Amino acid sequence: MEKMIFGRYLPLQSPVHELDPRAKLLFIFGFVIVVFLANNILSYGILAVFTLLCIYLSRINIRFLLSGLKPVIWIIAFTFLLHIFLTKEGDLLFNIGFLKIYEGGVRQGAFISLRFLLLILVTSLLTLTTSPISITDGLESLLNPFKKLKLPVHELALMMSISLRFIPTLMDETDKIMKAQIARGADFSSGPIKERVKAVVPLLIPLFVSAFKRAEELAVAMEARGYRGGEGRTKYRLLHWQGKDSAALVLLLVLAALLWWARS
Amino acid sequence: MDIQLQEVEYRYAAGTPFERLAIEDVSFTIPEGVFLAVVGHTGSGKSTIIQHLNALLRPTKGQVVIGDRVISAGKKEKNLKSVRKKVGTVFQFPEHQLFEETVEKDICYGPINFGIPEEEAKKRARSLISQVGLSEEVLQKSPFDLSGGQMRRVAIAGVLAMEPEVLVLDEPTAGLDPRGRKEIMDMFYTLHQEHGLSTILVTHSMEDAALYADEMIVMHKGRVQKQGKPRDLFSQPDELAAFGLSVPEVVRFQHRFEALSGMKLDRTCLTIEELAEELARAKKRGEDR
Amino acid sequence: MKENIISINHVHFRYPGQTVYALKDVSLNVAKGEWLAIVGHNGSGKSTLAKMLNGLHYPEEGQVTICNFPLKDEFVWDIRRRLGMVFQNPDNQFVGTTVQDDVAFGLENNGIPHEVMVERVKASLQRVGMLDFLNQEPHHLSGGQKQRVAIAGVIALQPDIILLDEATSMLDPRGREEVLRTVRQLKEEQDLTVISITHDLEEASRADRIIVLNKGSVYREGTPEEIFQLNEELIKLGLDVPFPVKLSEILRLQDFEIASNYLSEEELVRELWTSNFKK
Ligand SMILES: Nc1ncnc2c1ncn2[C@@H]1O[C@H](COP(=O)(O)OP(=O)(O)OP(=O)(O)O)[C@@H](O)[C@H]1O
Ligand SMILES: Nc1ncnc2c1ncn2[C@@H]1O[C@H](COP(=O)(O)OP(=O)(O)OP(=O)(O)O)[C@@H](O)[C@H]1O
Ligand SMILES: [Mg+2]
Ligand SMILES: [Mg+2]
Repeated sequence: MEKMIFGRYLPLQSPVHELDPRAKLLFIFGFVIVVFLANNILSYGILAVFTLLCIYLSRINIRFLLSGLKPVIWIIAFTFLLHIFLTKEGDLLFNIGFLKIYEGGVRQGAFISLRFLLLILVTSLLTLTTSPISITDGLESLLNPFKKLKLPVHELALMMSISLRFIPTLMDETDKIMKAQIARGADFSSGPIKERVKAVVPLLIPLFVSAFKRAEELAVAMEARGYRGGEGRTKYRLLHWQGKDSAALVLLLVLAALLWWARS
Repeated sequence: MDIQLQEVEYRYAAGTPFERLAIEDVSFTIPEGVFLAVVGHTGSGKSTIIQHLNALLRPTKGQVVIGDRVISAGKKEKNLKSVRKKVGTVFQFPEHQLFEETVEKDICYGPINFGIPEEEAKKRARSLISQVGLSEEVLQKSPFDLSGGQMRRVAIAGVLAMEPEVLVLDEPTAGLDPRGRKEIMDMFYTLHQEHGLSTILVTHSMEDAALYADEMIVMHKGRVQKQGKPRDLFSQPDELAAFGLSVPEVVRFQHRFEALSGMKLDRTCLTIEELAEELARAKKRGEDR
Repeated sequence: MKENIISINHVHFRYPGQTVYALKDVSLNVAKGEWLAIVGHNGSGKSTLAKMLNGLHYPEEGQVTICNFPLKDEFVWDIRRRLGMVFQNPDNQFVGTTVQDDVAFGLENNGIPHEVMVERVKASLQRVGMLDFLNQEPHHLSGGQKQRVAIAGVIALQPDIILLDEATSMLDPRGREEVLRTVRQLKEEQDLTVISITHDLEEASRADRIIVLNKGSVYREGTPEEIFQLNEELIKLGLDVPFPVKLSEILRLQDFEIASNYLSEEELVRELWTSNFKK
């Protein structure tokens, strides 16, 4: 759990850190679409180089980034194998009895896995370089036009920022309760599945009780501090769109053009 | 059963950018039957140390000897239940660990995990509930219908029900009102004396350390800075102050008195009664002269 | 006689669905600029009273007036702006993801313009000595630091009254001292009224006045000297008495001359020395 990087923020100084969260969110959104333009070795190569460039600019240690990918490596491997076995295109490479592996399958598998990997790397980059609260602010600001459609944008953003605020607190709490039950002889890590599921009850119930109590106290504290919904509220955090933010989006357009040119 | 820490170091999240050194070069022995107080400013590593005493944490360097088991850095140990049965830990705000439908079931949870038959566990629950100052009717109630102080007592009973040889207490009285605090500490002290339970108490209360402990360890910035008898350590208030700690009210009063009067009492007093006695003696000496 | 900033007249209150009263015929006044301590055993109704002062509960019977506003729906937001509360659990009142966001929360709620907000956040953090922690996240702060941030959040709204509901009870001695020192300092700098609910005797004995609650009613009120005179009576209520009072009691049994009940160690030491040794 300690090695998880997904959703964590590394406060460093870098050009990527300094971008407006809205720019980064739009960038990711665009990137997700642009990725699908790639369809041959050249275009995937361009995409990979581009991603490495982003990582380089963010000053995040690539080894750390890769080590954090361990939990998803299995999913990627699985996707790869699935494609190898199920795609029957191109030349036959291997033929081991009932197992037939085609060249098309290998290529397809490699591309899809790479695409998946790049998407994960770039999204991790977003959370690693943007504090959760900035992401929330960015989302709230981008979603603002939808307020007219009665979408509770302010409430959603507040809920999100409070969840973010309490994630570390609840993680600590989980750790503490788990240790307390282990000290009373609980076993969370071995035994048959049925036993293990049962073993989680002593962890979940206290967690639930405590989260409920926290929520109640927090609600009282918020009311005492004058919270009465989004009406008439001012904002402490203001976002500033700068030249470099536009530049980042232009860069994405350039990438799209390159990929368009390189794809077959 | 003795417990020994040998040059123990622990880093949280070792090997990540979030790595944090919590304790280093910690060595001391907890002989059987001792009452040891661990004091130190917040963040000094007290809770980290005590989690090594029942192998909840494995040192990142050095080793911990618990009875005949050795827990050392880098080696993954199997079957730690035997260790955890012998070392019971009452964590900070232990009421947060309650989960069963009834108080009785909750108290039995530990013993049953360690293979005690249900009948025997229930017997223990019945005898413990009065020992922690609650009535037997409470056994059939839901723990969540009790007041904060009562929940605390139930949780403590749940640890005692494992009949540990060593009892580890991490600030067991935090947040209680004065009466509750005193009752619970007195209960632990009785257990310690009557059953010879080794007791390790982590506390911010110098008064409790003075009243109950035979031995005391002072932590600062992840290291053991001082170790000795409370009476000796409290007679040097300046050294404790260097670690952000104070002395008990009684001792502070005695030092104030000595500073004003220029007299020196025969010993550092740890209880209010001792102080009154010493003052009476000093007064008598003055009158005789 | 100073003017009353809070007055409570014959207030009764029950939690919904309960038959027992959590507050029974409570009447009391708080003078502008005083430091009032409220003590009482667990469950005596201290928090219930505190929440009522902030319009989180309304009395079933009786009247409450705070800063000249009667406690009614239409004035509740005015009252909340003038009476700031700090609660017991440092974690469960920290709303912002960082220190500055948390301090700003109350300001945002009250629609304070951005430039004023930035200034007030800085100034308040400066006054509680937490300016260096502007961008820290709460889980990297100690309990005492979190409580000082909570206080900064309260004073940023420039209230007349600050109410601490066991705000120091989950802290270590140093954290407790930090918080109390901060509040004392703030009170001196401006004309704040402080109401502090506490189990800590040292804190109570430094108040101007103490109110003892017992089972939902006011049991006694008076200066710390008067209240701690009650000695045995307080212990019966589940409370305690400060160390100097306890020591005086024991010393008197041993034929020492201690003229009155001193609350500070300093005074007792002097009395002990002058009346018993220096002859
Ligand atoms: N789960 C954790 N992850 C990372 N760091 C931690 C964790 N738990 C504790 N630490 C750090 O380890 C150090 C020692 O913490 P520890 O909890 O042992 O202190 P303590 O003496 O028990 O403090 P307190 O009196 O506040 O309970 C601190 O610097 C703390 O921030
Ligand atoms: N939400 C609630 N619903 C029903 N009863 C409640 C509720 N909150 C408190 N009570 C009851 O009201 C009484 C007064 O509680 P209150 O929390 O005011 O006590 P307190 O003096 O603050 O105690 P403590 O020292 O434990 O904080 C208690 O008997 C309590 O059980
Ligand atoms: Mg601790
Ligand atoms: Mg309360």
